[in-house]
Amino acid sequence: MSDVVLDVQNLRVEFPTRKGVLTAVDDISLQIRRGEILGMVGESGAGKSMTGMSILGLLEPPGRIAAGTIHLSGDRIDNLDDRAMQAVRGRRIGAIFQDPLTSLNPLFRVGDQLVETIRLHTDLDKSAARERAKELMREVGIPAVEERIDSYPHQFSGGMRQRIVIALALCAEPELIVADEPTTALDVSIQAQITALLKRLCRERGTAVMLVTHDMGVIAETADRVAVMYAGRLAEIGAVEDVVRRPQHPYTVGLMGSIPSLRKDVEELQMIPGSMPRLNAIPPGCAFNPRCAHAGPRCRAEVPRIESGETAGAACWLAQAGTTLNPGEAA
Amino acid sequence: MTLRPNAILEVDALERRFDVSAPWLNRLIERKPRKTLRAVDGVDFTIQRGQTLALVGESGCGKSTIAKLVTGLHAPSGGSIRFHGDRDRLQMIFQDPFASLNPRWRVARIIAEPLRTLRPDTPEAEVSTRVDELLRTVGLAPADGLKFPHEFSGGQRQRISIARALAGEPEFLVCDEPTSALDVSVQAQVLNLMKRLQKEMDLTYLFISHDLSVVRHMADVIAVMYLGRIVEIQPTADLFANPLHPYTRLLLDTIPDLEAPRRDRSPMGGEVPSPVSPPSGCSFHPRCPLAFERCKAERPQRSAKVHNRRVACFAAEEGRTDVQ
Repeated sequence: MSDVVLDVQNLRVEFPTRKGVLTAVDDISLQIRRGEILGMVGESGAGKSMTGMSILGLLEPPGRIAAGTIHLSGDRIDNLDDRAMQAVRGRRIGAIFQDPLTSLNPLFRVGDQLVETIRLHTDLDKSAARERAKELMREVGIPAVEERIDSYPHQFSGGMRQRIVIALALCAEPELIVADEPTTALDVSIQAQITALLKRLCRERGTAVMLVTHDMGVIAETADRVAVMYAGRLAEIGAVEDVVRRPQHPYTVGLMGSIPSLRKDVEELQMIPGSMPRLNAIPPGCAFNPRCAHAGPRCRAEVPRIESGETAGAACWLAQAGTTLNPGEAA
Repeated sequence: MTLRPNAILEVDALERRFDVSAPWLNRLIERKPRKTLRAVDGVDFTIQRGQTLALVGESGCGKSTIAKLVTGLHAPSGGSIRFHGDRDRLQMIFQDPFASLNPRWRVARIIAEPLRTLRPDTPEAEVSTRVDELLRTVGLAPADGLKFPHEFSGGQRQRISIARALAGEPEFLVCDEPTSALDVSVQAQVLNLMKRLQKEMDLTYLFISHDLSVVRHMADVIAVMYLGRIVEIQPTADLFANPLHPYTRLLLDTIPDLEAPRRDRSPMGGEVPSPVSPPSGCSFHPRCPLAFERCKAERPQRSAKVHNRRVACFAAEEGRTDVQ
């Protein structure tokens, strides 16, 4: 287990509100190993970004980690104070967010922002840090580095800006990168360039990556393993090929069926009736039971879990009992 | 363009330019010329009654501008749009269901607005019957008419937008990225609804999207746009089976495919150039693996026919398929 970079155990994130405590993340356990990309998928409000934010220690108050632990290469990080967490963030965990324009300071040249970050996390002097900044810019594929290093963020295109953000995240050679919808704001042809870059860096440097996205296609082509979230809980986790081709949880089955195909012609897309429950109205038992065609009495009473040591599994009573939900689906 | 008997919309040499120059005083002091952005630069297409034509392309290619030109929200700078139908029966569905519904109005009033505007002498009782009926058509309950938009999820709001668009009994709907703000499972519900309504009411759609898998599911004919121009137009099945333009091939190659993920892909380099100063000749030539001298100098016309399909590409015209 020595190559486990991120180890999340029974994480629970709560938001106290006037109307009661909302549970945004409910009992999530997962691990990411060195050089592994774990995809986190789910619909808006499923808790995938919230999981990423709690790992980064960036939960907006009043949100708080109510239970569980987060370990980074064996060191516990969920109970650190702000100062100590600031030293971990950036140095040991890099972050890439959806909108590259808000991740960069518009008033400073990108080179200066890189140099500042490098000097904050390493003991390089100014000129060595500038050389390192150029090296990083080359590594993330920015052309004409000598000229571009003194440009301002607005002088770059969206794809190039996201490359700068990735370079910033790499400054201190972190063990883990949390990438929250890194390609959502970009066009498809640029999106493919960015995911290929992430994959190459992960392979070459052995960085562990948590890739948060709503796009199953991006996950299928980028991630090694995938965790599917629903209403704050883990619905299913496993190797990407397994989850995409042989989904176990009825929610994952429905999710896969609702994506229009590039190969098959269907008159009607598969639909999941209804919508995800709001956090203040999660039904008892399995959170998916009101929308599930297979739900039985146990699904309405008891919450199904994935055992915290498992690397693959579905939080579904039927799947755990060995019921096949989608015969003939595995094409 | 020949008038086809069943065409509902004919767009011919359509142009829309935007003045993006610096203010007058800056131009005077900095001696800068005027700048024009050609958002739509000579576009033509025809839509048959009851069919769906999709415009696809990346951001900034001019697809939303065309939606606004067709609905009359922008005036064209050149070319013509001929609509062989009732202007009052042309409606639009917008991308963002959070911005396109008035937050201070109850849903019933939102849906009734086109009715009250287009047919002001409709009796109130009839209006409310019609609103209830429309709510049911899009899968909501008549009681939902009393609620405000914020009480609904994104998918439900898009259903309200559709109900509003249907209120004027449209024959032609312009849908600008109607599902791109929605989650996939909700998107499936909205797409299924739109397909069902099309069949039941014989609607014609101009469907705008950046998502090729959605477009493949919805459209009969697909027009691929790049920097304000249509580079290729083909029936959906043909476009996917035999893409002619190198840009279409690039798009098809780069979209992640769930059924056959290509994890070792080497993505194509380059980015979409600025529409303010597009490259000479074929605007795709700097990124094109098939580009040769002629592509840099001359602008390919889409009238060029290759196997009866229309594509604006010299390489396709001359039968070149190998990378030079």
